[in-house]
Amino acid sequence: MKVDKFLDAKSLACPMPIVRAKKAIQELEEGQILEVHTTDKGSKNDFAAWTKSTGHELIEVTEENDVIQFLIKKH
Amino acid sequence: MTEKKRTTIILFSGDYDKAMAAYIIANGAAAYDHEVTIFHTFWGLNALRKEEEVKVNKGFIEKMFAKMMPRGADKMGISKMNFAGFGPKMIKHVMAKHNAMTLPQLIEMAQEQDVKLVACTMTMDLLGLQQEELLEGIEYAGVAAYLADAEEGHVNLFI
Repeated sequence: MKVDKFLDAKSLACPMPIVRAKKAIQELEEGQILEVHTTDKGSKNDFAAWTKSTGHELIEVTEENDVIQFLIKKH
Repeated sequence: MTEKKRTTIILFSGDYDKAMAAYIIANGAAAYDHEVTIFHTFWGLNALRKEEEVKVNKGFIEKMFAKMMPRGADKMGISKMNFAGFGPKMIKHVMAKHNAMTLPQLIEMAQEQDVKLVACTMTMDLLGLQQEELLEGIEYAGVAAYLADAEEGHVNLFI
């Protein structure tokens, strides 16, 4: 899948991953894809809730060596 | 996108940890595309104080208040285990270790995210605080302005 923007939010603590993700997604056009990497354990639930509430689509969540990777499609 | 949701927080407490919670929620809500208002009253006003001393005309009691209250967010004590100022040092050390944002950083971030910071003018008078002593870019209002925001609020908190 083509990723239009990558956000490295590793080692950032709450609420920064979401704050940065909001800024990043503002710079995208509808339908474009944002990839975010985090290490904050709470961010899995945070990103699920955030995308649900803001209307963006959480396409995929994967976890690798304590890094959580999100693919988000802007709506 | 649909009509924006609204979050309002009354920050009454002058404790570093409670103010941190308020500002984390405010920043989170701003990232949720909410319109966010933090209404600072009583001891919560100290979070908005400038760190440097500002020359203003004050009476004796107001001067005493100004001396006794923390000058700015970074000087605030914590609600538990303050240990005469040693507690905040410990907690700031731990926060740095975990890469958590400090309270002054959270306030700056809130302003960047257009969180509306409001100072309650009635309690400013009580504590002898004047506009010149508080941060730039904040608003001044009373209970009616708060209620106007809060009655449309989806999240309303008192901290």
